[in-house]
Amino acid sequence: MEFGVVREPVLRVENLRKDYGAVQAVRGIRFEVCPGELVGLLGLNGAGKTTTISMILGVLEPTAGSIQIDGIDLRRHRSRALACTNFAAVYAPLPGNLTVYQNLRIFALLYGVQDFHARAEMLLDAFDLRKFRNTKTGILSSGEQTRVGLAKALLNRPRILLLDEPTASIDPASARDIRHSIRSFARESQVGVLWTSHNMYEVEEVCDRVLFLSQGEIILEGDPKALPAQYGKSTLEELFIGVAREPLDLGALNQ
Amino acid sequence: MKLSRLAAIPLRQFYLYRGSAARVVPLFAWVTVDMVLWGFMTKFLSGMAHTSYRFVPALLGAVLFWDFMTRVMQGVTTAFFEDVWSRNFLNVFASPITMPEYIAGLLVSSIATSLVGLAVMIVVAALAFGLSFGVYGAMLLPFVLVLFLFGMALGIAAIALVLRWGPAAEWFVWPIPALLSPFACVYYPMTTLPAPLQWLARLLPPSYVFEGMRAVVGGRHFEGALLAAAFGLAAAYILIAYWLFARVFRYAVQTGLIARYSAETVS
Repeated sequence: MEFGVVREPVLRVENLRKDYGAVQAVRGIRFEVCPGELVGLLGLNGAGKTTTISMILGVLEPTAGSIQIDGIDLRRHRSRALACTNFAAVYAPLPGNLTVYQNLRIFALLYGVQDFHARAEMLLDAFDLRKFRNTKTGILSSGEQTRVGLAKALLNRPRILLLDEPTASIDPASARDIRHSIRSFARESQVGVLWTSHNMYEVEEVCDRVLFLSQGEIILEGDPKALPAQYGKSTLEELFIGVAREPLDLGALNQ
Repeated sequence: MKLSRLAAIPLRQFYLYRGSAARVVPLFAWVTVDMVLWGFMTKFLSGMAHTSYRFVPALLGAVLFWDFMTRVMQGVTTAFFEDVWSRNFLNVFASPITMPEYIAGLLVSSIATSLVGLAVMIVVAALAFGLSFGVYGAMLLPFVLVLFLFGMALGIAAIALVLRWGPAAEWFVWPIPALLSPFACVYYPMTTLPAPLQWLARLLPPSYVFEGMRAVVGGRHFEGALLAAAFGLAAAYILIAYWLFARVFRYAVQTGLIARYSAETVS
């Protein structure tokens, strides 16, 4: 980060809460993501990660709180805010009955991409998809489909990119390439990235900052390389397991 | 409203139809079968009845128009089902597309597909059974428009049903035209119905169209006020259907149904 330069966050989440009846899935969390910053959102299954991402994507209405994307209030200006956003998730594959290029064309229209052809060609190269340009997306391997999803996620040059386990079904070599690509995109285009993963090595390698979510609350936040040592652990994975076992007793982790 | 976002929906449909005989054939196959079946039926009735009643424009024409309205409804629903079948809700509804743009995109898709069906029906009915559209005179266009608007309203209401109750609710949607047809007076005059059901018929815009068709074909006067009532009702149903869809969508966003649509329930 440059000194003296004030960077407005591309994502600002304030007191965000989601209740399902009596169950509080997300309990008043607040965080920010700055331009070019990669933030890991970690937690056990059911901790509230996907609920948080769904709220930021505008497909789930918060019970309370606010979400600002590039300074635009999501609740009041949904369409404008979502035009600055994009996402890729293993549970949201692109339609398998369209070719890779057709999918990119459709989503370019939905996101109002002006220079579609140039942008699509660049992304097909960046994610090694050129040979699948006219292949139905549904017959690609899961790893290839993940790359198509990432290409779609970058079509509109989002200000905030939400990645829910983006490398979950990818072989280690391809996963490393993808991590490198996303990190480069984030740095060069000053895209903020919110990244969920259960692969702590990946998170440690990619993310500038991590947020530990447990039972709908952020209980830990910091640099993934420094955080384990602060809590007497040797790796982020050990810290994750420790937090998962004793989420409300962070003091004990230090001992 | 941004046209580029709206255009994404019909373009997606175009891509799907271009590469799929399974989608293209139903556009004209069933309506052709209907024209042939009812064409022969009208010929048979014409030969049997020994009256001056013009079965071809009154009955075959009514079947053609009813099929057109059904195609309009199905044009909306099948475009929506493409998102259901490909589990695409999250991708579409997390994009900047607005609800009016999405619905308008479905309607444009429906216009294209229903016009294909209409063209095929007109050709078959005219060439094989001598149906001439000149017999309806200046009323042809308003009749078609009323059915078109009501087909749209049915389509929007049907997708609201599917959004609310999940993919399996698709099976509620297909029989909707068949359920309405006895009360829409497609094949017989409204007076054939018992009095309480005539009230139900008066709530359905197509019943005015088919009454009007029979009047025009029989050389009787059809009041403009009745046509205006049909337009008014059809427009009202579109507004009600849109309100219903918007309300269901709001429910889906509040409860997380969009994100967990394949589960069919959020409880």
